[in-house]
Amino acid sequence: MGRISIAWQVLVNGVFAARVTKLLETPTTIAAPVQPVAPPKLVAPMRPLRSDAVTLLAAFQREGRLIDFLKEPIETYSDAQVGAAVRDIHRDCSGMLERQFALRPVLDQAEGSNVTIGANAKNGRIKLTGKIGDNPQTSGTLVHHGWLVTKSEVPIWTGDPDAATIVTPAEVEVR
Amino acid sequence: MSAQFVIGIDLGTTNSVLAYSALNEAQADVQLLPIPQLVAANTIESRSMLPSFLYQCTSDESAARSFALPWNADATFTVGHGARSLSAEFPDRTVGAAKSWLGHSKIDRHQPLLPWHASDDITKISPVTASQRYLEHLVAAWHQAFPDAPFAAQNVVLTVPASFDASARELTREAALTAGLPPTFVLLEEPQAATYAWLNAVGDRWRKLLKVGDRMLVCDIGGGTTDLTLVEVAADHGELTLRRAAVGNHLLVGGDNMDLALAHYVAQLFQAKGMTLDPWQSVSLWHSCRNAKESLLSVSGPEEYTISIPGRSSRLIAGLVSVTVERIHATDLLLNGFFPNALLTERPARGRVSGFREIGLPYESDTAITRHLAAFLNQALAGENLTHVLFNGGVFKASALRSRLLGQLQSWYPDAPPEIVDGSDDLDFSVARGACFYGWTKLRDGVRIRGGTARSYYVGIETAGLAIPGTGRPLKALCVVPHGMEEGTEVDVPSDPIGLVVGESARFRFFSSASRRTDQPGDLLPRWSPEELNETDSLEATLPTSATVPGIATPGESGLAEEDYVPVTFHSRITELGILELWCVHESADQRWKLEFSVRDDVER
Repeated sequence: MGRISIAWQVLVNGVFAARVTKLLETPTTIAAPVQPVAPPKLVAPMRPLRSDAVTLLAAFQREGRLIDFLKEPIETYSDAQVGAAVRDIHRDCSGMLERQFALRPVLDQAEGSNVTIGANAKNGRIKLTGKIGDNPQTSGTLVHHGWLVTKSEVPIWTGDPDAATIVTPAEVEVR
Repeated sequence: MSAQFVIGIDLGTTNSVLAYSALNEAQADVQLLPIPQLVAANTIESRSMLPSFLYQCTSDESAARSFALPWNADATFTVGHGARSLSAEFPDRTVGAAKSWLGHSKIDRHQPLLPWHASDDITKISPVTASQRYLEHLVAAWHQAFPDAPFAAQNVVLTVPASFDASARELTREAALTAGLPPTFVLLEEPQAATYAWLNAVGDRWRKLLKVGDRMLVCDIGGGTTDLTLVEVAADHGELTLRRAAVGNHLLVGGDNMDLALAHYVAQLFQAKGMTLDPWQSVSLWHSCRNAKESLLSVSGPEEYTISIPGRSSRLIAGLVSVTVERIHATDLLLNGFFPNALLTERPARGRVSGFREIGLPYESDTAITRHLAAFLNQALAGENLTHVLFNGGVFKASALRSRLLGQLQSWYPDAPPEIVDGSDDLDFSVARGACFYGWTKLRDGVRIRGGTARSYYVGIETAGLAIPGTGRPLKALCVVPHGMEEGTEVDVPSDPIGLVVGESARFRFFSSASRRTDQPGDLLPRWSPEELNETDSLEATLPTSATVPGIATPGESGLAEEDYVPVTFHSRITELGILELWCVHESADQRWKLEFSVRDDVER
């Protein structure tokens, strides 16, 4: 349990606080002294007043203009026109995804190969399709390797609360 | 508190990186520090690089705290990715390439000059202050991540280009100390850092890969600069050691020049389609060209690459204009512009100097890196053979460039073509990683690259003689520091005594040479070619005015001078940390005065 959680529990949880007091009063055989809770470092308070979801949209727009692309009606364009725009958007957005989430396959094997199922089916890592009987399946063909995040580091937003809905500001050129 | 970490900092021209390794491990485990920074107004992200750009906020932005950081709520400027993005639209408010200014001795680098040519309402800072701000940001980012390991207590290594002379290193040191680096921090040359990164990757096998007498060229082409170094393999008490044998001049040409050249060509293609690009689109084009360069010049690259500039409105496909760049044209432009096939005897073309020369950064007039390389190898190897080459720098992600350079080297040395040494894959980070690993080996007695000073240094002495009206007295160069002088040594410079006037400041012109490697202290050069000696900041010392300085020759006795003067000789010293110190020593009495670098504008030059 970290120092901050211990401090918090001592404040709110009477039972826990009593245990801690008892521990501190009872001499122990441990030679090292109990680590005192370090005073928090002086840090200017941040203002995280926007949901991470909107911050993520803003990042997609800033890095790759994904929102502009998704909001533009593409029915009238040819494949070549759409393709020309998409390559840069793909490159910039996938770079951003990698930095913030570092997505990896759930199963490392090549798609189309045979894989063993085992205990993974129970905890949401594997979705079974095809002939699912009552007897537990042991193996099958990997159709889609799945994706999982290895981190979640959306940028921190520090703007004013009234700007919390702004994904990207309007741009006005002044002459 | 004792050090818990060894830290390596790459203070680059375009990007800065911090690498660290915990000291309580058995092996060096070098990690990169994620650096929190503003990537846009009110948006903080951690990235592994900190672009070396500084943006001066407008008063509205400062009031709104748009660029506040956890450690600086009242920021009036921002450093990093956000500053780099803003440099596109607001180049007047952004400082970039401050490091290149540090190496430019013809201006006073303590003067607030940057942003260069900005209007008066924008706060200007000096190149030294800009470098200090980047380092301060790195130090603050460290404290966010490791609040229990104060930066000033750790072992720190900071890199500088090998071509930086004593004056530029002194200014870097000054910026670093003000930014909070510990006084015991060490400066390491960037190509050496790249070599250490390779040593870290290859481990003890390096002794099997290299043998005594091998010579390795380290070719470091970064965003804005090219740095060339020669490392020799020698034996010391039966053990293989590495020794930095020679360095090249500081060349202001690099990957950014290539991207710009390609962008210029592509902008013309857009113009043919009736589209003129605005500044934002031009920068977007520059970045697209960087990607195009890497793609078109790779081994299995495509035959053509489409560059699209989207519209500025929300309908980006509607406003899209595309051009196609063919591989042939890109290869032609980049390879022939920057890596033309050259003979070993060729030299870089000297640009024609007109009567006027605008004061600014001395960008290379000849961008052919192969010719600069030929000049360097000719002077550094002096007929010996080159056995290995190590490439470093983001530019070498494009494999066609590696092949071209390797091909050139093999054509110059057909009998014994040099082998390429596989550097680390992390071309953007190897300098910082290498610096960290160097710090580690220093403490753990691992393999070290011995160096000594990269250049020899000279003091300009005016010779006595007939004074011709209108011209100065002839100048001779007295060698005070030989090439390769080891750290922690000092030497008396044997020479005739020189008269210093009491009460006035004595100024000496100061020169360095990367090519003259046999001059010894006391050698007096009557003349030299401009390529041999480079002038750097002058040195000055002020003697006290009082008559307590013994042994003063008074006018009556000497009959020469009108004022009191003191006869001195020079004494030079390289400290343990590699800093050059030059002293004037009184001939008979036991008094000495230290010469300091003078960075005032020298009008007489």
